[in-house]
Amino acid sequence: MTVREIQAGTITNVVERLCIRANEYLPEDMKSAIRDCRACEDWPIARDVLDKIVENYEIAEAQEVPICQDTGMACVFLEIGQDVHIAGGGLREAVDEGVRRGYDKGYLRKSVVKDPVRRGNTGDNTPAMLYTEIVPGEQIKVTVAPKGFGSENMSVIRMFKPSAGLEGIKDFILETVETAGPNPCPPMVVGVGIGGTFDKAALLAKKALLRPLDSQNPDPFYAELEKEMLERINRLGIGPQGFGGRTTALGLNIETLPTHIAGMPCAINISCHVTRHMTEVI
Amino acid sequence: MERHITLPLTEELARTLHAGDTVYLTGTVYTSRDAGHKRMCEALSRGEELPFDPKDATIYYVGPSPAKPGQVIGSAGPTTSGRMDAYAPTMMSVGARGMIGKGARLPEVVKAMKQYSGVYFGAIGGAGALLSKCIKEAELIAYEDLGAEALRRLYVEEMPLVVIIDCEGNDLYESGRAAYLRQRGESN
Repeated sequence: MTVREIQAGTITNVVERLCIRANEYLPEDMKSAIRDCRACEDWPIARDVLDKIVENYEIAEAQEVPICQDTGMACVFLEIGQDVHIAGGGLREAVDEGVRRGYDKGYLRKSVVKDPVRRGNTGDNTPAMLYTEIVPGEQIKVTVAPKGFGSENMSVIRMFKPSAGLEGIKDFILETVETAGPNPCPPMVVGVGIGGTFDKAALLAKKALLRPLDSQNPDPFYAELEKEMLERINRLGIGPQGFGGRTTALGLNIETLPTHIAGMPCAINISCHVTRHMTEVI
Repeated sequence: MERHITLPLTEELARTLHAGDTVYLTGTVYTSRDAGHKRMCEALSRGEELPFDPKDATIYYVGPSPAKPGQVIGSAGPTTSGRMDAYAPTMMSVGARGMIGKGARLPEVVKAMKQYSGVYFGAIGGAGALLSKCIKEAELIAYEDLGAEALRRLYVEEMPLVVIIDCEGNDLYESGRAAYLRQRGESN
């Protein structure tokens, strides 16, 4: 068996590039969802807001500037092949150095404080929120998802009793979107994680935001639930920016895991119309 | 109604603006977010002056991204206003009248807006690249150590906004949604 060596410096370079590009280029599935919603929208102020949202991501792309000034915390997901050996430095340091360089060279906003209570900006947007997973193979898949906090602040997790059932989950999704209202820069993207443990449910919800909006959960039961809940959210009337209209959410993705006989954790990670992520394979 | 207005936001001008109006704003605004508001309110409680004259002033809740070479400012869309709710009534009590942000406000803020003829404008959250085009001048005036949260004086031209809450307390988040739902009910 051979082991492939990957230099830590290579990981740094990729993270740096992805931090910059993810903040300037909205993914195609997001753009297409915004345009589709604009075509279906019949409320004048909502149409106007969606037009400006399109204009905004076009300016960002053409002039290579951040789509949104909240260039987020850098959430970095690494899928590391088990036949890879990372040489020439520590992985955590390599990723943080990539974030540090990317946020500096890309003129991105440094939005991270070093202590949650005592505050104080770290000055370089580190540390990254780093997730690693060991997978088969000899590659490293790097995804950078800058996450803004206008929407992150509207996210919720709840530990349901199993007796709450499907209706409990449905009500929770609607209640969370209703409470979020105009705050998370609607039209929003809703990531739902059901099952696992307390922490895994939250991670599933975050990962649900990375799945393309034109995809669906492979389980028909959850694919149907995704469709139903998106339709119901878009009947609430909150609309783009909360000014009223049909387009409250651009998409809703659900991810699940097995869970304990006594529980049914459910986490909802709210995101905005600038749901950004970019991937590269080393 | 579409309006093109020039700052300062006098009481007389504020009284002509209504929730739901589309406004293109021209003039000088001051930027501040959580940390800047906290410092300004602490300064006021010590009896000190603010870094700018608050009379009829408009505050833009924004922490811009850094300017690239040749740019006036980086991306500069609004942040969530609710985090400034604890400070907004104090700011209005010393004369600041306009607020630009996004998201819901607490009843205490609306009460202060009625008392002091305040106006809450919404800019499109997430449209930082677009909104930066309206900013023609930017100057750092205080609290430089706060980085993106430092106080800046901006000159904006034809900045596209919507009146969310007017000085009578009318709220577009309630009325806009209700009107949409009513119209949809009728069209079904």
